[in-house]
Parts: sequence; C-alpha cells; structure tokens
Amino acid sequence: MKVNIRKIIVQVEETRIEAGIDINPPTRKAVATAVIANPFAGQFKDDLSELMNIGAELGGLLGEKCVKALGILPQEAESYGKAAMVGENGELEHAAAILHPQLGTPLRKAVEKGAALVPSSKKMGSPGQALDVPLGHKDAAYVRSHFDGIEVRLNDSPRANEIMIAVAVTDSGRPLPRVGGLTAADAKGKDGLR
Amino acid sequence: MPDVVIRKVVTCKEEIHHEFGPPADKPLIKAAIIAVITNPFAGRYVEKIMHFMEDLKPLGLKMATQLLSILGDDRTRVQSYGKGAIIGTAGELEHGALWHAPGGYGMREVLGGTKAIVPSAKKVGGQGVRLDLPLAHIDAAYVRSHFDSMEVGIADAPRQDEICYILGMSLSSRIHNRAGGLATADIKGEDGLR
Repeated sequence: MKVNIRKIIVQVEETRIEAGIDINPPTRKAVATAVIANPFAGQFKDDLSELMNIGAELGGLLGEKCVKALGILPQEAESYGKAAMVGENGELEHAAAILHPQLGTPLRKAVEKGAALVPSSKKMGSPGQALDVPLGHKDAAYVRSHFDGIEVRLNDSPRANEIMIAVAVTDSGRPLPRVGGLTAADAKGKDGLR
Repeated sequence: MPDVVIRKVVTCKEEIHHEFGPPADKPLIKAAIIAVITNPFAGRYVEKIMHFMEDLKPLGLKMATQLLSILGDDRTRVQSYGKGAIIGTAGELEHGALWHAPGGYGMREVLGGTKAIVPSAKKVGGQGVRLDLPLAHIDAAYVRSHFDSMEVGIADAPRQDEICYILGMSLSSRIHNRAGGLATADIKGEDGLR
C-alpha cells in the first residue's frame, strides 16, 4: 500500500552569526517532514508491517528532499537524524515501526554511506507541539562537533489520526564547536562509531 | 547608516496534497523565508527610523529572489503572497512596520509588478513565538480562494535585540477551496482589488 501523505514540509536553517562571530561558510541544516494518515488509528494491531513499509518509502523521499533543499551532493551530507510524533488515536509503537526497521537503508542511500546509527526520538503529541529531531555524524557516531538537533513544529499536525515523520540532514556541525572529542577530520567512518 | 546584520536565514516549504478531501492533481505549494537580523534600535526609543527602510531594500530583494528560487524560479506560477515581522522584546512594533516598503518592493520586483496589496501581520514576541503569515492573491485582493495563511517561527529567534523579517508566496489556492466569492477566472486585475 502506498502511503497517504497529506503534506510535506521542508525547512532549511542557515546560521551566519553565532555568539556575535561570523560563521563562514554558514552552517546549514534541513529537515523534511511528512504528515501521513495512520492506518492503525483507533485500533490495536499486532502486525505493524504496513508501517514498516511506509518507513521504507519515507526514508528515501524525505532524505532526498533534505539533500535537494541544501543543494548539496549526497556525499556532502555530514549528519542526520529522524523522529516521529504520533497523533492521539495512535500508539507510540507506530512511530517505532516507521522509524526503525526499514527507514534507514533508503535514507543512507540518499546521503551516501551513513555508517553510523541514525539518532532518533519519538513521542505522542498533538498539533502544534514541538518535535526535536536529534542529529549525529552520519559515518562516525562519536564525532562530538556534530551532536545537535533541529526543531519541527506544525500548527495543524499531527491530527488525531495522523503521524508526523521528520528526517533531518546537515552539511555541517555546530557553528562553534569547541568541546573537544573526536573530530570529523579524525573519524575513520568504518565501524559507524569512530 | 546602520548595517543590516543577518544572524540566520530560515526557509520553509509546504507541499499540501489533501486535507481529507479528494487529492488535488497538483499539490498546493507555499513557502516562506525568514531573516533574523539585529535590531539597530533595540533598547531605546529612536524617533527617526525611516532611513532603515532604505537599508532593508536589498534584503527584501534578496529574500524575494531566494523565495522564488525555492518555488521553482518561475514567477508566472506565483499566485499569492504575504509578509510579516516579529520584533524581539527590546524593540517596538513600529520597527516591524519598516518592512512594509522593502518587503513589498522586493516581491513586486521579482514577480514583475503585481497589483494587489501585500497582506501583512506583525507582532512583538520572544524566541519561538509563531506568526500567522497572511496570504492573498497577487493581482486581486478579493479573490476568495486564495485567502490563506502559513504559520512560521524559529525556536531561537527573535532574541530581544533582533527582528525576524518574513516573506511568503504560494503557487495556488487553498487545497479544497469551495467557499465561493471572486474566482481567479473572473479577475479584471486593474485596481488590485477585483
């Protein structure tokens, strides 16, 4: 079954000054959010495979939207993240079914490679609530400069029978990283961790 | 003359496929751009502020150009527009009114001389505050199908001494518009109203 998408929102945030210091080139993050009908709203279903398939479809679609919005080549993506907010007639497990089993593979294709775990968060919520999408380096999870997040908030979503799914991609880390740890330059990017 | 100092730029594009009615052949696409700038008048009452409008004109033109590019760079497809401002709490509402000329000028310039007034909204607020950006038809303000809005906001803006200047454009009417009134087919397009 094809996913019933009501709307897709793509946001790009470009930071040019942080703490009074010019950021050159500016750091940029994109987040693409799909608002979909929850096929299992109002009912308990043991088998969530339909939502897993939806995850596979959205991973590629939203990942590609982010890369396109940033105007970069897939290999220029540096960090990524994913999150979902389920409307009140759904269940937290619905977010897990979309996010975890199948969304990662097509997302990794959209950003090329992606050896690291895609950091994630999930919650139940109502229209207008903030969803914070965590961000981490796509090839080496321990790269400290790239731990970050981006907020999405849609005044009309998720309605009770909907689910909001967000995928975020950046072409940079935090604007002024200076808390040490593994740097992107020193990351090997083989085991997904360092 | 005070410089226009930009801290960050955020863009947001919405693609609306349906709102529980029959899916449209082409989704409704609308987008907004927000520039977060330093308020040169923050923290004190400045009597003469009009000169800042001139300084803002290049910003208006740049933002309108970027907004059109997000929407596909075809000015003939843009059907409605709007503008807005959010002033940080060390500023005053009047600082938002400085956007009227530069914001409108920028959009008219890139859209090739539109006839209707650019609807607007402004408010004073803290970081994360949301603004409902009004949208209306570019050539005939009374076109009922195109009265719409778009909620925008940024988690970390405006800070007290900042202003968010905002522009929005849309490529079509409300997705399931059926509330009558003047239709686009009946526009005369002479007086900017009908």
